[in-house]
Amino acid sequence: MKRGFPLLAIATALLLSFALYEALIAAPTEQTMGDVQRIFYYHVPSAWTAFVLFLVNFVCSVVYLIRRDTKSDILALVSAEVGVVFCTVVIVTGPIWARPVWGIWWAPGDIRLTTTLVLWLIYISYLMVRRLSTSGKTPVIAAVVAIFGALDVPLVYFSIWFFRTQHPSPVIGGGGSLDPRMAHVLLINWAAFLCLAWLLCWTRYELEVAQRKVEEAQALESMPEGSR
Amino acid sequence: MNSMHYLYAAYIATWVIHGTYLAILLRKYSRVRKEMESLRK
Repeated sequence: MKRGFPLLAIATALLLSFALYEALIAAPTEQTMGDVQRIFYYHVPSAWTAFVLFLVNFVCSVVYLIRRDTKSDILALVSAEVGVVFCTVVIVTGPIWARPVWGIWWAPGDIRLTTTLVLWLIYISYLMVRRLSTSGKTPVIAAVVAIFGALDVPLVYFSIWFFRTQHPSPVIGGGGSLDPRMAHVLLINWAAFLCLAWLLCWTRYELEVAQRKVEEAQALESMPEGSR
Repeated sequence: MNSMHYLYAAYIATWVIHGTYLAILLRKYSRVRKEMESLRK
């Protein structure tokens, strides 16, 4: 690993600790929902981070289809995998927040909830294709799946702008009003999650490069002496 | 259930998910390292 990695790891740990303090203690208590609203500081930044990672996955997939370079292929895989982790956080924390506030764990038919679940399933399918397909065309097939999958991201984001749903309206942009102190804590948590995502992507990237080198070496070793 | 329990549950769930992913990465890392060592021998 490169020299910047430990620095990023330390900075991320410090930022995550500070963001946790800000979310649980420093942020003002919301008047209607009370303390349970603090789930917002993990739920929303996780969703935004997942969107950023799926955007990276989309760009890398397009670049891979044009250039067919290994780096774009690995970056696409890594961003999708870490994106699924953050999307899982959104899918899990959403119902935990919904239960005390709406009285239900899940609102069937709600467009924001449904499109988010579909988005998660699309990227799970993407990772399944990458893991299970033995075809030499796997990176190309995965890149095409990723491009179609990315179409769901704007649908998830803008669904609450155009449809009336159980899910609340956007708090930043779209006419929502958020206390400036809450917005500040939200942005600190997003910065912390972006750093964590970067750290996880970096680790996973290095791991994938090493794994591919090992596979190449094993393939070479299994070949007969004369054909190497 | 107290609303604070939901708050703690959400925060703990978030860190369990990240921790699980980190554990998967570490397991993968140790496997790749073992394979590298066996190739060097």
